[in-house]
Amino acid sequence: MANYSTNEFKGGLKIMIDGEPCTILENEMVKPGKGQAFNRVKIRKLISGKVLEKTFKSGDSVEGADVMETELAYLYTDGEFWHFMNNDTFEQIAADEKAMGDNVKWLVENDVCTITLWNGNPIAVTPPNFVELEITDTDPGLKGDTAGTGGKPATLTTGAVVRVPLFVQIGEVVKVDTRSGEYVGRVK
Amino acid sequence: MSEINWAPSADIQTLKQRAVIIAKIRQFFAERDVMEVETPSLSAASVTDVHLATFATEFVGPGNAEGLPLYMQTSPEFAMKRLLAAGSGAIYQLAKAFRNEESGRHHNPEFTMLEWYRPGFDEFDLMNEIDALMQLILNCKKATSVSYQQVFIDVLGLDPLEATVRELQQLATEKGYGDIAANETHKDTLLQLLFCMEVEPKIGIEAPCFVYHFPASQAALAQLNPDDTRVAGRFELYFKGMELANGFNELTDSKEQAARFAQDNQFRVQMGLSEVAVDERFLAALAHGLPQCSGVALGIDRLVMLATDKSSIKEVIAFDVTRA
Repeated sequence: MANYSTNEFKGGLKIMIDGEPCTILENEMVKPGKGQAFNRVKIRKLISGKVLEKTFKSGDSVEGADVMETELAYLYTDGEFWHFMNNDTFEQIAADEKAMGDNVKWLVENDVCTITLWNGNPIAVTPPNFVELEITDTDPGLKGDTAGTGGKPATLTTGAVVRVPLFVQIGEVVKVDTRSGEYVGRVK
Repeated sequence: MSEINWAPSADIQTLKQRAVIIAKIRQFFAERDVMEVETPSLSAASVTDVHLATFATEFVGPGNAEGLPLYMQTSPEFAMKRLLAAGSGAIYQLAKAFRNEESGRHHNPEFTMLEWYRPGFDEFDLMNEIDALMQLILNCKKATSVSYQQVFIDVLGLDPLEATVRELQQLATEKGYGDIAANETHKDTLLQLLFCMEVEPKIGIEAPCFVYHFPASQAALAQLNPDDTRVAGRFELYFKGMELANGFNELTDSKEQAARFAQDNQFRVQMGLSEVAVDERFLAALAHGLPQCSGVALGIDRLVMLATDKSSIKEVIAFDVTRA
């Protein structure tokens, strides 16, 4: 993999830090009028998800990370792996529990997810921004209450729990924003 | 075809405020009998400073069919000192300065510098005058001042003048700069790292803050302090997270100046940079005689950023480098 000098740093560039692939979020040059220049960089570690700041001496270079993103449709899980397929080439990829992380609760069959590959192996799976899931369990709401203040928890088919308005019932399909985990609306 | 972005990076209202500030600065110096001057943007000589990268070009024309190498000035300092040596008296200039490899929230490769010189002033007299200008333009509180040694100790608990490279590496590692510190044996680079990243964000928050008596190894063009040669007559001004100005009680000794240029060049070679031919006209002017004086360079774009509450330099210049 190529090395990148600090002059090539920009948002989205993938580099290796402490043996882990990272993406650059922000890059700021800090330079005294008379003195050495530095780059203060905000990065997100792609495996742990941690965001941290790192400082480089300007002109230094860092190893690039062989990271790419691909759009794959979710097929099924065998309990150990989650299987995805490229709808054009029919090539399949299996992601393990670590790569799935918390996002396993948003997986809907045939939904196209973004899979982050490092050296060809999946390290992260990002579901679509919105998914539609059926409610399997929730308390019956009070009749006539259409604008409940706090709402109530509802369990979805995948096991995810979201807060929904009181009028939403078991068996209904709801639309959820996977980035915030918030209920968006009912699907008719 | 993508749309061509012709519009300015600063809004017109900000540029109006900028024009008012420039007018106030000219008034400030007119009242104090400091003469405005202009010196070349293109100079036959460059600078030896290890941390400055110049833009180079050449003049082709009458008498120079082969091309005369010229450099965009990184500051009008040498030319202005030649005027002082010729007897100009107190002078100031609002000049464009050009520095390659510099771009960011606080940097544009081409920027505006206010530089002025005061014969007979020591660095503290000049700091007082800068303070008056700051209060005039920014309506800010009176500036505070602290020595480099004191502020370094206050923030980091280590004496920068006595600390060893090993101690500075250790401190830098504790502060999260282990990767840089592990391979860095140059004391000034470690000091600059710690000062930039750890000290600067903690000073000049309520009022502008002058830091004076920089280490002798970072004297640049300042004379050493006769009472303590570990430090130089160099100061910097910080306000709200920005370095605003750098000033010197000017070095007037041409031999000492030539020795510092040679030292810079030695350091350049060590760093794998090419040597830079020294500015012989500047050295000759010092040999002729530069009156004892203090001088300062102040970043006008950053001053306007503070006055207009903008967070990026491109918001206060008509066209930043991405739209130049």
